[in-house]
Amino acid sequence: MNSNFKIFLKGITDVSPLMIPVVPFGLIFGILSIDIGFSPLATMGMSLIIFGGASQIILLQLFSGGASSLVIISSVGAVNSRHLLYGAVVSEHVSDLKLIWKIIISYFLIDQAFAVSNEYFKKYKEKNKYFHLIGGGFTCWVVWQTTTFLGIILGAAIPEKLGLSFAIPLTFLAILVNDFRKFINVIVILVSGLVATLGFNYIPYKAYVIVAALTGLFAAMVLTKIIKKI
Amino acid sequence: MSDWALIIYCGLITYLTRFSMIALLKKEMFNDRTREILSYVPSAIFPAIIFPAIFLDSSGSLELTDNPKILAAIIATCVGIFSRSILATIFSGLASYWAIIFI
Repeated sequence: MNSNFKIFLKGITDVSPLMIPVVPFGLIFGILSIDIGFSPLATMGMSLIIFGGASQIILLQLFSGGASSLVIISSVGAVNSRHLLYGAVVSEHVSDLKLIWKIIISYFLIDQAFAVSNEYFKKYKEKNKYFHLIGGGFTCWVVWQTTTFLGIILGAAIPEKLGLSFAIPLTFLAILVNDFRKFINVIVILVSGLVATLGFNYIPYKAYVIVAALTGLFAAMVLTKIIKKI
Repeated sequence: MSDWALIIYCGLITYLTRFSMIALLKKEMFNDRTREILSYVPSAIFPAIIFPAIFLDSSGSLELTDNPKILAAIIATCVGIFSRSILATIFSGLASYWAIIFI
């Protein structure tokens, strides 16, 4: 059996390639947060307390659009509902662990760490394999905090007319690159995008994100069912 | 609500989505169908941010002509589909956006 530290290191090396896109993401977050008017401390606080790139950027987007706190919190919850899936998958590998480890692992259960550790968990049966997830999650944590910090510093120096807020849709677009090749995903993307765009002014309380996401999921439900029948 | 309260609530709900299944599940609780639908969450939620940010102007009205973001987003999407690279997608989009507005 490998030592805890060795598995932790393996987690770091496995997740490293996935850290490259996190760098611009973190910089953009830091820059925009300052731009919108959050203090440097609150910006750092978001990265430390929330520690979720997509949800933090959605928070900024909705906050700057004047959405209510309730809508912002529920949208953040909706964006993060994908973690329920990660948790469900990981839970079978960590069900025998003490509660304290489950609490620690949960903080590090982020997209990139889940992606690589899930592969590792499938291959290896060691009892201490969860150190892989902690290694990957910790790596991402360091990169995320550092780039947020650099973004805060850069934010003061970057001119507004560069139109960096356009980086928000671009980063989300980039997350979806693999989904553009799948038919059902493309339909879901179009349904959600159209509902959000057309409902932007008509859906009250800026709840367009949630309404569009639910409509998109409903489309996915219907489409997956129809395609199975064919 | 103060900024800090908002941040803490958002942090709590984020943490709960990560912790709840790990804490509650013993073995499998999600059936394959639920799992399948949950896998569409990214495709369902991110376009709700992407599309309005591209097609609407700052006042929230539809801006279909004379909008450099549309062309830049199309270029970024094509680059994304062919390269499958997150970095290439972001940078090609930003580069074409700057090329359109500054040249």
